[in-house]
Amino acid sequence: MKYTKFYIFSLIFLIGCSSSEAPVDSAVESKIFHYGNGTEPQGLDPHIVTGVPEHHLLLALCEGLTSSNPKGGESLPGSAASWDISEDGKVYTFYLQENGKWSNGDIVTADDYVWSWQRILTPSLGSQYPDMLYYVVNAEEFHTGSLNDFSKVGVKAIDDLTLQVTLKEPTPFFLGLLSHYSTWAVHKETVLKHGTIDDRNGQWTRPGNFVCNGPFNLKSWELNKKIIVEKNPLYWDSDMVELNEMHFYPISVEMTEERMFRAGQLHVTSTFPSSKCTPDIKETNPNIQIHPYMGTYFYRFNTKNEALSDVRVRKALAYSIDREKIVETVTKCGQIPAYSFTPPGSNGFFPDTKIPYDVELAKELLKEAGYESGTDFPKLEILFNTSEGHRKVALAVQQMWQQNLGINVELVNQDWKVYLSREMIGDFQVSRAGWIGDYEDPNTFLDTLRPNRGNNKTGWENPEFDRLVALANATLDQDERYKILLQAERLLIDEMPIAPIYTYVRVYQLHEDVKGWHPNILSHHHPKYIRIERD
Amino acid sequence: MLGIFFRRVLLAIPVLIAVASITFFLVRLAPGGPFDADKAVSEQVLKNLNEAYNLNAPLSEQYFDYMSGIVVGDFGPSFRFPGRSVTELIMTGLPVTFELAIYSMLIALLIGILSGVVAALKRNTFLDYIPMSIAMIGICVPTFLLGPLLVLIFGINLELLPVSGWGQLPGDKILPSLTLGFAYAAYIARLSRGGMLEILNQDFIRTARAKGLSESMVVTKHAMQGGLLPVVSFLGPAIAGLLSGSFVIETIFQIPGLGRFYVEAAFNRDYTMILGTTIFFSFMIVIFNLLSDLAALWLNPRSRDT
Repeated sequence: MKYTKFYIFSLIFLIGCSSSEAPVDSAVESKIFHYGNGTEPQGLDPHIVTGVPEHHLLLALCEGLTSSNPKGGESLPGSAASWDISEDGKVYTFYLQENGKWSNGDIVTADDYVWSWQRILTPSLGSQYPDMLYYVVNAEEFHTGSLNDFSKVGVKAIDDLTLQVTLKEPTPFFLGLLSHYSTWAVHKETVLKHGTIDDRNGQWTRPGNFVCNGPFNLKSWELNKKIIVEKNPLYWDSDMVELNEMHFYPISVEMTEERMFRAGQLHVTSTFPSSKCTPDIKETNPNIQIHPYMGTYFYRFNTKNEALSDVRVRKALAYSIDREKIVETVTKCGQIPAYSFTPPGSNGFFPDTKIPYDVELAKELLKEAGYESGTDFPKLEILFNTSEGHRKVALAVQQMWQQNLGINVELVNQDWKVYLSREMIGDFQVSRAGWIGDYEDPNTFLDTLRPNRGNNKTGWENPEFDRLVALANATLDQDERYKILLQAERLLIDEMPIAPIYTYVRVYQLHEDVKGWHPNILSHHHPKYIRIERD
Repeated sequence: MLGIFFRRVLLAIPVLIAVASITFFLVRLAPGGPFDADKAVSEQVLKNLNEAYNLNAPLSEQYFDYMSGIVVGDFGPSFRFPGRSVTELIMTGLPVTFELAIYSMLIALLIGILSGVVAALKRNTFLDYIPMSIAMIGICVPTFLLGPLLVLIFGINLELLPVSGWGQLPGDKILPSLTLGFAYAAYIARLSRGGMLEILNQDFIRTARAKGLSESMVVTKHAMQGGLLPVVSFLGPAIAGLLSGSFVIETIFQIPGLGRFYVEAAFNRDYTMILGTTIFFSFMIVIFNLLSDLAALWLNPRSRDT
């Protein structure tokens, strides 16, 4: 009896503490969107940061000349209301929005873009995506230091609201590049007020200082807790914006995020625990979203390795992976078996390459390469970074290679940075890899495997492949261009410096109150279209 | 006691210098660098970045630059978060971690001492067995299991408390503090039980009882002062452990504390942040150990006289 009071007190205490209304319920009235945003963003300077969480925030805060289409496909107007392209496809003239304003009320001018591009290409800033602008005349030369006069770079302000960009080659995907944050403008006066043009540590991105031209303004930023953005009434298309605020939570643990979603603290999650994926997940969880994503999961072969330098060996290995089985029994979240490097459907590009699962053919190829049976093949290592998902796929591939070819395969699990550095210096035989497209065009994939590209990492250099990709970039007609890229893709799959395994899907949870959220291959969800309505 | 204090403070200086130096060279030995990323940057960009952070200079020069910086309290800029200094990041996370540590410690002391003392007084009865069994479970069950378990019960099933956050929703500090506090309560319960049992057999307790003092007076005034000495000695390392070891709780409950910065800095090879937090935690461990030693000295009459 003497403890009864204690229990009653505890119960009252707990109930007293309980939250009366979940954030997603109160959001129906307040129009506050709660966004599970992965990790804490590095920062908000579009010329310095890289990464998906940063991209989500920058989509809310700033805007480039074009903006990505919420349903995928052709780029839409952003801070440029319209544009003309010269007949040879090399000169772009952008007409900026007449009522385009920075969040402090200044007009967004063509000069702002010229200065911003100079900033991106200033070597001492250390921007990580300057190559997005390398298609512009003399941009690469200025960035690498062989040219010091920025006025010679192919970007100039014709008048306050007209910007002219001259490209080296026609580059048909150029408009898509402009919707990537690394090419966006920043407010010159604000940046210079808090530092120099090349200051990485400038304080202009702090709440109170931050000025940009997107649909939302930065309201507050609590590290590792949340970032709040509020509607920007000065945005040129502010009538379109329905949300009053967006709260971005950096939640790096997927289980924590999942629990927060279940407790009504989030409208959307950045991911979904793969261990919870089941074949009937869509029926059991109405909030689950599974959409194709512009990314490929593949294994990289080090072609500098003696055994792997033989294309027959690479093919034998690729042909003895049962991709269907991997997506059905290992990854289980709706991933799609991949038979090309570029994911099918990238802006209407559908590669027709095939990678058969043919054990007999694989054995034959291995025999031709001089390995009578798998046992005389040198021990093969699969390098991957620490992750339960990667480990499971590696185990499956290990088993397939061992069973199908009799090869002795060892798994090497490394910390993320160790894995990256081993890949960079070529200290691996086979390594797991993934590539996510930056813009909606096959070039974002095929370009990476050209010689001298930092992300190639396979040691594979093929002049014909290089020629084809370069030719495609210089070809204006899209059909013609895709035909050339298809040849490049076929050549790639025939040479097999990489073995595609599956096409990524985005798996996450979305609250049923969220409207205007369209699945698209880049998974860019422009906040200005998002609405919260309860049926 | 003042002499001991100054001697210990002086001893701490070489310890901290050694920690800083060893950490400096160890992080540089680790493969991978702060700018390695999935999308590899070009050589030109890497060169620019290294120049921006003075990583192209000889290691010895970087070492002396760094050490002379920390003398004046400058831990340098974070590599991972451009525009933020390490000092700023530590100062952002510290109050949260500190608050969590205080709440957890209060919970641990309340539950731990209460159950430990009761168990000692009611030795070999159910009031001894039950709390001590629970304490054993508390020691054995890791926080990464207990945390999600409490969340499932109180957050998801009963919908009484928020499942994560810190200072965002009412009551969101309860579950993390309880989870972290419970693990330490278990240790404190066992320590106070042991300490109390030893003291309760002493002659002066018998004297106190013989002169007719009430049992509560005997326990609170005489027995607890000596009986809780092991707990006091444990508090220093425990608080240091709470501050530096709250990473798991901070991750599970989405708390913006220092522990998350520390571990993520190591994964990101954020050299200055790893160094800054390591030196800071070492400093905390030294200070809290010193404070708990001094408290134990002050509480123990025998060592106080010497």
